[in-house]
Amino acid sequence: MTAPWWNALAVLPSLLLSPLLLGVIGKTKALVAGRKGAPLLQPYMDLLRLLGKGAVYSRTATWVFRAAPAVSLAAILLAGFMLPAGPLAPPLAFPGDLVLFAYLLALSRFAVIAGAMDTGSAFEGMGASREAAFSAFAEPAFFLVLGVLAWEEKSLSLGAILGGADVLSWSAQIPPLALAAAALFLILLAENSRIPVDDPTTHLELTMIHEVMVLDHSGPDLAFILYGSALKLWLFSVVLVSMLMPAGGPPWASMALFLGGMAGVAVLVGLVESAMARLRLVRVPQLLGLAAVLAGLAALLLMAGGVP
Amino acid sequence: MNGAALALAAPASLLLGALLSLACGRRSGAAAWIALVAASFAAVAGITSAMAALSSGAGWSLETAWSLPWATFSVGMDGLSAFFLAFILALAVPAAAYGKGYLAHEGGSAWTSASWAFFQILVASMAVVVLARDGVLFLIAWEGMSVASFFLVIHDHRRREVRSDALVYLVATHLGAAALMAMFGLWGRGAGSLAFAALQGAPLSRTVAWVLFLLALAGFGSKAGLAPFHVWLPKAHPAAPSHVSALMSGVMIKMGIYGLMRFILLAGVPPAGWGYTLLGMGALSAVGGVLYALAQHDLKRLLAYHSVENVGIITMGLGAGLLARTAGMETVALAALCGALLHVLNHGLFKSLLFYSGGAAAHAAGTRDMERLGGLLRRMPVTGAAFLAGAAAICALPPFNGFVSEWLIYSGLFGGALRGAGTVSAVLFVTLPVLALVGGLALACFAKASGVVFLGEPRSEEAARCKEVSPWMTLPMAATALACAGVGLAAPWAVRLVAPAARALAGLSRAAAWGSPVGTGALSAVVIAGWMLVILTGVLLGLRRLLLRGKTVSEAPTWGCGYAAPTARMQYTASSFAQPLLAPLARLMRPSLRKKRPKGIFPERASFSSHYDDPADRGIFDPAVRLLERLAGALRPLQQGRLQVYLLYVLLTLVALLAWEVLT
Repeated sequence: MTAPWWNALAVLPSLLLSPLLLGVIGKTKALVAGRKGAPLLQPYMDLLRLLGKGAVYSRTATWVFRAAPAVSLAAILLAGFMLPAGPLAPPLAFPGDLVLFAYLLALSRFAVIAGAMDTGSAFEGMGASREAAFSAFAEPAFFLVLGVLAWEEKSLSLGAILGGADVLSWSAQIPPLALAAAALFLILLAENSRIPVDDPTTHLELTMIHEVMVLDHSGPDLAFILYGSALKLWLFSVVLVSMLMPAGGPPWASMALFLGGMAGVAVLVGLVESAMARLRLVRVPQLLGLAAVLAGLAALLLMAGGVP
Repeated sequence: MNGAALALAAPASLLLGALLSLACGRRSGAAAWIALVAASFAAVAGITSAMAALSSGAGWSLETAWSLPWATFSVGMDGLSAFFLAFILALAVPAAAYGKGYLAHEGGSAWTSASWAFFQILVASMAVVVLARDGVLFLIAWEGMSVASFFLVIHDHRRREVRSDALVYLVATHLGAAALMAMFGLWGRGAGSLAFAALQGAPLSRTVAWVLFLLALAGFGSKAGLAPFHVWLPKAHPAAPSHVSALMSGVMIKMGIYGLMRFILLAGVPPAGWGYTLLGMGALSAVGGVLYALAQHDLKRLLAYHSVENVGIITMGLGAGLLARTAGMETVALAALCGALLHVLNHGLFKSLLFYSGGAAAHAAGTRDMERLGGLLRRMPVTGAAFLAGAAAICALPPFNGFVSEWLIYSGLFGGALRGAGTVSAVLFVTLPVLALVGGLALACFAKASGVVFLGEPRSEEAARCKEVSPWMTLPMAATALACAGVGLAAPWAVRLVAPAARALAGLSRAAAWGSPVGTGALSAVVIAGWMLVILTGVLLGLRRLLLRGKTVSEAPTWGCGYAAPTARMQYTASSFAQPLLAPLARLMRPSLRKKRPKGIFPERASFSSHYDDPADRGIFDPAVRLLERLAGALRPLQQGRLQVYLLYVLLTLVALLAWEVLT
């Protein structure tokens, strides 16, 4: 807990740059499709516009609906306190913080689901049900990935795990590392409602998952939700980039590499979204099962390799 | 006054209260008052005694002669007893207050007064169970607990299904008690006495130790509701009045956990196999419990299946702790065992809270069927808020108490997986995703329960007419909800309650301090994070208010994606909510589905219903009961109903006995 004060700076990139990830994904998809696309900073403009608006509430909704966006965003913000940003160590680090990280994301999900159920809308109930189901299927895979990373670094703190893990020290462990990274990428797509699990840009409510849950939110509430989603995508990308990034070197190079990696993840997500269609909903559990199998294989390789 | 007198004053005052309640006859309001006063007095006395023992670290024991054969009246106090005694008595008080409000509508009847007497007998016998230091006294108290709770379950005895569910409970609890009697008998034969002190010193061979362990597992596991001994639990708990469901689900089933822990303390250093067995049974209960909870439409039955799940989580923590202990990782063991013990307290708190609020909702609407409820938060604001708090706590969401205990168990699993070697490490590693899956499924289940019952629009007339319940019922909810938040936000203090017992189970001396990976430092960091979360949420809510100031904030119907005439029946139901989770598992859970699809251009009425049979019922107990009936049927020709035949039986028996006497 006794971290130097400048570690607090580690949350700044996530706070400032997370909407940019969405911009990069949008731009990538536009370029692949041969369109010009919206400006990179479009997500920021959307957020600003929403923050300046009033709000419309459903007559069915109670205080749960009104509190949900704030609770959800608070949980994601706090989760961000536990992740490093390139050379900057996280401000909140203690053994076992990786469990807190996962359960804070669960809290944010619970708040949004409760808000959706509060409107009494059939569509939002449908989205809530799917979100709850797919997240439950993603949870074991995510913990397996965390377990693999913790095992390799012999630490229970995300800051130490992600700050220390890198390709060079893993050189003997390339296959488990690659498997864990692949699993994490699948979880990233599912947890952040990207294609092939969910299509954030579809116009048909029946096929949506995350977007349909927030149909009734408006104004600052919707801004909180959208900003929270952007932050969550940023957090998952940080885990993915940090586990692959070489540690050490001058701080500016490390920061540049980190930010480049983040942009790379966004481009990769954009490419996947351009190349694939959404999976049928009944196939999603299989995709998440695949993620769990990949992570399990990584664990197996690691344990077999660990025996002297 | 010394600790022993104070501790014994608790069950004594409750038993006295039970007699007085019985004497009340038709004035059951007075009986309720007596129960409340007796429970409060017992709580003050018992908790004072327990806290004194916990803070000084000194236990005591008291032994007097008794007129029963093979027995002495022997009671004692140590860390484990102190924690459980305080836990039982603290939760009995809100249950009594809630019950006073819950049973108020029944008016005065001798049966209700008797129910209050049984309530006090149940609490008193649980207190004696944790204080007993002699096998006979333990079994007497255990039996008192089972019988008293049976009469509490059968309270609504005019309903046929209540009678049959209560009978299942009576049979199950006595099968468990039979296993315990066999265990004490076998153990006492070797030790020469049934006093715990003698049992503790008795040398056990490997085989005998395993037989004793399996008997204890069957006996205590069936009380705790561990799969596959859980079949009585989802039947008995919903049938009982809600304050009894809360006391049984929150407190009584933990007596099984207490029994297992006491057994381990007495049996000496546990072999690794016990740890593996407990871990496996815990995982089976946790996953099975939460899956079948998801499949329920009955609110109280859903809550009962979650008790199976949570007892599973506690047992996983216990198993992991014992495994870590055998592998020589005492500090890891300490984390897992502290987690298991703290989860006992936490589950007692949030399960009481959920049964109070869920029971109030079902009571107000007159149905436990979730598909007929909805929108109750608007109509019952305190009850609804209490249920949401309980839901967050049981899903282990920070900053509530459930997170702290599950975090400790996770720390034990991670710590053991990382520092251990070989099989222990691999098994603990594999347990991680299991616990994570249980967490995800529990979240889905409580999103369903709280969403369908309390949020949205009412799905029936009854639900629309619901009114908030009396302060007798809302105050216990508020108190337990605050306790859930309090334990979460003051965790290091709560861990101090369980640390002595966890140290003893981990085989650590009192002097041994906390070590990594779960030093008190990490625990306070969890608490600091909890406070940060509360503050951040407050700041964001303030920011939202600031942003909306001076803007147009209006109300409109829920957006129906263009459809103009939505009705409450179009809302997502509990069954539809669980469908995406259960459909992939249909082959495993084998639901019986009845569908009538809409046909043709102008379809007739269509319908759909689903029902999930418990696999332990279907696979183990139903066939066993059928076999028993067949065997009993084979004996039927003996019963001729003619006096001469029975006289012949008597004569034959006498001759046979005489022959045996002569020949041997």
